[in-house]
Amino acid sequence: MDVEITLRINGSARTLSVDTRTTLLDALRERLDLTGSKKGCDHGQCGACTVLIDGRRANSCLALAIAHQDAEITTIEGLADGERLHPMQASFIEHDAFQCGYCTPGQICSAVAMLREVEQGWPSWVTDDVAADRVTLDDDEIRERMSGNLCRCAAYANIVPAIAQVAAT
Amino acid sequence: MIATRTIGAPLDRIDGPLKVTGAAKYAFEYPVRDGSYLGITQSTIAKGRIAGIETDAVRAMPGVVAVVTHENAVRIDAPEDEALRVLQTDRVAYYGQVVAAVVAETLEIAHEAAAHIVVRYAQEPHDVVLSADRTDLYKPEKVNAGFPTDTEEGDVETALRRAHVTHEAVYTTPYYHNNPMEMHATVATWSDDGLTLYDSNQGPHGILSDVAKAFGLPEQRVRIIAPYVGGGFGSKAFTHPHVILTAMAAKIAGRPVKCCLTRHQMFSLVGYRTPTIQRFRLGADGDGKLIAVAHDVVEQTSTIEEYAEQTATATRIMYRGENRHTTHRLAKLDVPTPTIFRAPGETPGVYALECAMDEMAQRCLIDPVEFRIRNEPEVDPESKRPWSSRGLVQCLREGARRFGWDGRDPAPGPHRRGRWYVGMGVASSTYPTRRRPSQAQIRVEADGRYRVLIDASDIGTGTWTALTQIAADALGVGTERIELRIGDSALPKAPGAGGSMGIVSWGSAICDAAEKMKARLRDDYGGRIPPDGLSVDGSTGKNPLAEKYAMHAFGAQFAEVRVDAATGEVRVPRLLGVFAVGKIVNAKTGRSQLIGGMTMGLSMALHEETALDPHYGHFANHDLAEYHVAVNADACDIDAIWIDEDDPYVNPMGAKGIGEIGMTGTAAAIANAVHHATGIRVRDLPIRLDKLLA
Repeated sequence: MDVEITLRINGSARTLSVDTRTTLLDALRERLDLTGSKKGCDHGQCGACTVLIDGRRANSCLALAIAHQDAEITTIEGLADGERLHPMQASFIEHDAFQCGYCTPGQICSAVAMLREVEQGWPSWVTDDVAADRVTLDDDEIRERMSGNLCRCAAYANIVPAIAQVAAT
Repeated sequence: MIATRTIGAPLDRIDGPLKVTGAAKYAFEYPVRDGSYLGITQSTIAKGRIAGIETDAVRAMPGVVAVVTHENAVRIDAPEDEALRVLQTDRVAYYGQVVAAVVAETLEIAHEAAAHIVVRYAQEPHDVVLSADRTDLYKPEKVNAGFPTDTEEGDVETALRRAHVTHEAVYTTPYYHNNPMEMHATVATWSDDGLTLYDSNQGPHGILSDVAKAFGLPEQRVRIIAPYVGGGFGSKAFTHPHVILTAMAAKIAGRPVKCCLTRHQMFSLVGYRTPTIQRFRLGADGDGKLIAVAHDVVEQTSTIEEYAEQTATATRIMYRGENRHTTHRLAKLDVPTPTIFRAPGETPGVYALECAMDEMAQRCLIDPVEFRIRNEPEVDPESKRPWSSRGLVQCLREGARRFGWDGRDPAPGPHRRGRWYVGMGVASSTYPTRRRPSQAQIRVEADGRYRVLIDASDIGTGTWTALTQIAADALGVGTERIELRIGDSALPKAPGAGGSMGIVSWGSAICDAAEKMKARLRDDYGGRIPPDGLSVDGSTGKNPLAEKYAMHAFGAQFAEVRVDAATGEVRVPRLLGVFAVGKIVNAKTGRSQLIGGMTMGLSMALHEETALDPHYGHFANHDLAEYHVAVNADACDIDAIWIDEDDPYVNPMGAKGIGEIGMTGTAAAIANAVHHATGIRVRDLPIRLDKLLA
């Protein structure tokens, strides 16, 4: 069954007609020509489709488009300020934090939201004191918090310093 | 050799801005007018015949455009390439084979419709389990990449009887799946001009010839486009059934068709690394010098096509030993055909060889680094040719120094420190340095910009950047004046990305074109660029010096592991690779490729394994939740460095391919470190917890 929906993506409202089964990822890629969000598994297992929904990272392949009409959605296409790259995008280039580039939009969206989680004091599996107000973002914390985003080229050893540099500024 | 100015520099990836903004377009993302979607139905038996297919209900579904089965498929003329003969027969040769496809208006309808096609089978008993004691093992005519199946020199049996120290063991590796992040995808459009495919592959020209052959088209009427590819690691080197199927479906539907395999489908439709059973026998004299080296490999192929992994080839060149023997034997099973996966042959072969060397060093009471150095061959033990360059000893020594090998307790494990068993291991790495014929064209424009045209591929290999650097140095200009175009079969013919031959083959052709360009400008135009610009063609063939010298890259890998005494969990806090790979074209992307290979080797050692269910003959863990690849938290302090190595014989850049060597040796270094830590020798990958707790 097709329904007309309106999605708020990267600051603008887009109206489209979708199958009720259409995922947010397929709506972006197949209907709105926003192909920066990648499909790597379609099962929420790889993180390539990560976007920001109301500022929080989410697997868009596990989100139904029709269910996110009230949300503010940010994709990789919405991170840069015009021609000026987001600091996370620039840092990924500087540290060569990717090879084939397919997982990269998801890694970058995930990293941007992850830093906000840390700012808000959210603990992770490797946080020593889960009751503490502040989290110290060391390399182990970055590795743990970024482990939902697979990189088969295995740029992990470069992704960690790329994120650490942005976190430190 | 060309003068190097930008070669070696750590240039940022030229394709970086497109990739971090999501603007780089991968195959499935190209817009096509009136595009439709393909859904695939796969067999649910491993062997038998299709007795009937019910498609009426699916054809009646709203949004379904066409249904394709073996009954209405386009006839494919490719008798020698079974994998391309999709839907040409009612026979089922493996679980997951394509038995039908649906073209539909949307992705959702295509998937739903494909799931509702009803197939009735006449099932036959299948045979899917590899073992070394099968009576039907056979000797293939040759193994992958044209290597001889068996080699024999001297008398291994006598030497083993005469040896002061011997070691015999069997090492096994499981099914591994390539699993590039971008799922295999093809978008097919037929027009009056012929057929155009946006396709995720490692070399458009290779796909082109298969597709043209399959549909009986002249090659000029087929075009394959793939400027950005989301990884491949071998699975995107050859043409797989979905490529032909998508083109066929577009022909039947009369409109463009987009196909993206699901992650599940990739496990049976685009190949995997064969499981291996490897028997090693080594013999050494009283000085710890090898006098006998024997490596017998059992592995598998399918019933429809032969793929014979060259697992024992590294053993042929790695160490001294005047009595030598290697064999490969295959079983034909009712399974999908295996394919190449990063360093085919070397990856499983070096794992077994380097574990056997570790065990042998221990038996000889010699440090494993010193044992390898003591068995360094002066010339290639197989061909007797001198090495064009061989830096293994330097890599071993440099690595040992940097890693703190001196501090390693030479006594065998277990070595316990609190909650953890701790240990260090070493292994050698190697990969052949070869080159394939390639063409290239350079066109200089009146404004002084050089357009470099070549059907090269960038599957994450840094090709966009490395070839720009090579062209700049070969022409003697800055990289800002180079405009590279790759990934399109309309460009000059070039080999695909594979066998660590990409950059060195493409770069050699570009160097040739650049030399001709400089000569033409100097001799015909007085050193000035003509107002209409100028085009020149270049090419490279096989390297004639390869007949004179043995050409290989080498390396040494060092691993530190911790094994949880209570759970058996293995962690790898440190991994160091030291490589002798000629000149590195780009220090930044080159290092990334090496550490990427090492991390994949870690993943192979500890995490990856596809489980074949013998009852149904299908892969049980066919997704990324169940097939574990290393994640960020598994990759700790991983680094790769390289020694200075001048090799004037390999190619004009003095570079050896580095796409694969990083993965060879890592699994052995980790397995050897686990043994040093725990005293337990795991000869069956991956090293899971249960194998350490038994």
